[in-house]
Amino acid sequence: MAEIQIRNVAKCFGSYQALHDINLTIADQEFMVLLGASGCGKSTLLRIIAGLETQTTGEVWIGGRRIDHLPPKDRGIAMVFQNYAVFPHLTVFENIGFGLRMQKMRNDEVTRRVTRTAELMHIEQLLTRYSGELSGGQRQRVAVARALAMEPDVILMDEPLSNLDALLRLEMRAELKGVLAESNTTAIYVTHDQVEAMSLADRISVMHQGRIVQAASPVEVYRDPAERFVAGFIGNPPMNFLPARNTGAGRWAVANQVFDGPDVPATALEFAIRPEDVRPADEGLEARVRLVEPLGAHLLLTCDVGGAMFRAILDSDMTVRAGDELKLAAMPDRIRWFDPDTSLSIA
Amino acid sequence: MNARLLPYVLILPVTLFLCLFFLYPFVLVAAQAFGGADGLSLDNFRDVVSYWKFPISLKNTMLLAALVVPVQLALALLMATMVNRMKKGRDLVLYIWTIPLGISDLAAGIIWLAIFEQSGFLNSMMTGLGLADGPVNFLSYQNPGMVFLAIALAEIWRATAIMLVILVAGIGLIPKEYYEAAEVFGASPWQRFLRVTLPMLRPSLQTALILRVVLAFEVFAVVAALGGTVMPVLMGEIYAYQFDLQNGGAAAAMALIVLGISIVFTVIILRVLRVPKGATI
Ligand SMILES: Nc1ncnc2c1ncn2[C@@H]1O[C@H](COP(=O)(O)OP(=O)(O)OP(=O)(O)O)[C@@H](O)[C@H]1O
Ligand SMILES: [Mg+2]
Repeated sequence: MAEIQIRNVAKCFGSYQALHDINLTIADQEFMVLLGASGCGKSTLLRIIAGLETQTTGEVWIGGRRIDHLPPKDRGIAMVFQNYAVFPHLTVFENIGFGLRMQKMRNDEVTRRVTRTAELMHIEQLLTRYSGELSGGQRQRVAVARALAMEPDVILMDEPLSNLDALLRLEMRAELKGVLAESNTTAIYVTHDQVEAMSLADRISVMHQGRIVQAASPVEVYRDPAERFVAGFIGNPPMNFLPARNTGAGRWAVANQVFDGPDVPATALEFAIRPEDVRPADEGLEARVRLVEPLGAHLLLTCDVGGAMFRAILDSDMTVRAGDELKLAAMPDRIRWFDPDTSLSIA
Repeated sequence: MNARLLPYVLILPVTLFLCLFFLYPFVLVAAQAFGGADGLSLDNFRDVVSYWKFPISLKNTMLLAALVVPVQLALALLMATMVNRMKKGRDLVLYIWTIPLGISDLAAGIIWLAIFEQSGFLNSMMTGLGLADGPVNFLSYQNPGMVFLAIALAEIWRATAIMLVILVAGIGLIPKEYYEAAEVFGASPWQRFLRVTLPMLRPSLQTALILRVVLAFEVFAVVAALGGTVMPVLMGEIYAYQFDLQNGGAAAAMALIVLGISIVFTVIILRVLRVPKGATI
C-alpha cells in the first residue's frame, strides 16, 4: 500500500513562493501526472516528495507514514531524472544495480533483479556498455530500469521523455505505461506535454503558478475544466471563449444567439466551447472565416465571432475558404460557463 | 586562407617557441649527458649513480614525494569538496587558500625557517608558554626526522593549492543530477564521494597528480632553506654538480634521470586513472 498524501505543502525560495498550499492525495498504484507550463512548480513538488528539496511548510505521507523528515533512501521511492543521470563511469549493469548495491544486496540477487528489469526494458544486450555508448532512448531505458530494479512503492518521473525525439517519445510512452501498469507501483509523472499527460494518466493534476487548479481524470479535465485556465491550457487548440450577457431567467446572449445557461444573478459570464464541438448549421453563431488549415482528417478554421477569435474543427470534406460566412451550432451538452471574476466553472 | 592550413599556421608560433626554448636546450642537455671523452658514452650516468650521495638523495626525494603528495591529495579533495558545498563566500575562501601559490618556493622555505629556527617563532612560543626550558634546534643534523617533517610541512602548505584549484574546477563540472540520483538510490555522503565524485573526477585527478608528482621530484628551494646539507635531494645534487663542482655532464645526466622518473610516474598515473572508452560524461 503506497497512498501518497500531500498536506498543505508550501515552498518558498527566498521571497519567491514557488508552491502555495498544495493538497493532493494519490491512491495506491495510481498513475498521477503533474501537468503545467514551465516554471509552475511541478519539479519542485516532485523533489519535495523525493526528499531532494525541503518544503517550507506542510507534510508528506506515503503509505500511512509521515516521510517528509526522512532522507530520500528511506522513503520507499525511486526516481527517473529528466537528463537520465545515468552514471557515465558505470556499465549499464552497474547503473541498474546501483541502488541494490547501496543496500548491500547479495551478488546473485543483484544479478537476478538487474537481468529481469533489463529484459523488461529490452536492454539486456546492452548490460556491459557504458552510457557514452548508448543512444538517448537507450539511456532513458536504463534510467527507468534503475528505478524499477529497486521495486519501489513509488516511482517519481520528472519529464523523463522530454529529451527524446517525437517518434521515440510515442514508443517509450506506450512501453512505460505497460511496464508500470504491471509493476504495482504508485507513479507520479511530471510533464508539460498535455498529450503525454492524457495518454498516460489515471488522473491529471493541472498546476498553475504554484497551485493545483484541478485534479481529475483526463476526460474530466478535458470535458469539465474546473477553471478558465484549465480550459485555455488543455486541448490543441484550446477552448473558445465568448462573452455572455444575462438576458434574465437563465438565458444568455452570446454574439448573435441566445443560449440556455445557468440561472445566476451575474450580469456577465463567459461562454466556452471546444473547437470540435461545433457544427455548421442553418442556425448558429455567425462566423467569418479568417484562416483555413487542413489537418488531414479535419479542417481547422480560425474565425471571427462577434469580434472575438473563435476556432472550429470541421470535417475535411467541407469546402470552406477564407472570407466565407458560416453559421456554427454549438452542441448544447458541451457548452461550459465560467465566472469572469473568479475564473471558476459554473455548473 | 586555406582552411586546412589555417590551424597549422596558428600553432606555428607556439611550436617555434617550444622548439627554440625547450627542444633545443633539451637536445643540448642530452648531448652533454651522453657526451664523453670519445663520442657517445654512459660515463656520466655511471658516475652520478655510483656516487655515495645518489641513493640517499633519491631515497629522500622519493620519501618526501610519497609523504607529501598523498597528504596533499587528501587535503585538496577535502578542501575542494568543502568549497563546492559553500553558497556564500566561496570565492573569498578560495582566494585565501590559494595565497601560498603566489609565494615563491624559496620564500616559502624562508617563512618556515623563521618558524622552526633556533630563534624562531615556534621556539619563542614554546619558551613563552613554558613548554621548553630553552630554545631547541629543530633543524640540526641530529634531528633528521624533524628536518624531514618541517620540509614536508612547508611543501604541503605551499603547494596543496595547486591541486585544490584543479580539483575545484573538476568537481564543479560534475552535474548535480548525478549526486541527486546517487542520493535517491541510497548512497550516503561518503559513498557519493567514493562512487560519484572520485570516478568522475578522474581527468582532473590525473592532471593534478601528474603536475604535483613532477613538481615533487623537483623539490629544491624549500629543502635548501630548511635542510641545507642535512637532507640531500636530487635537484640539490644537480645544482651541486653544475655550480659547485662545475661538472655540466654529470648535472645533465642527473637531470635526465629526474626526467625519466617523472615520465615513468606520469605514465603510471595516466594508466591507473584511465577513463574507459564511452565512460566519459
Ligand atoms: N533552487 C531554486 N531557487 C530559487 N528559485 C527556484 C529554485 N528552484 C526552482 N525555483 C523557481 O521555482 C519555480 C518553479 O520551478 P520548477 O522547477 O518547479 O518549475 P517546473 O514546473 O518544473 O518547470 P519546467 O517545466 O520548466 O521544469 C520557478 O519559477 C523557478 O524559478
Ligand atoms: Mg521541471
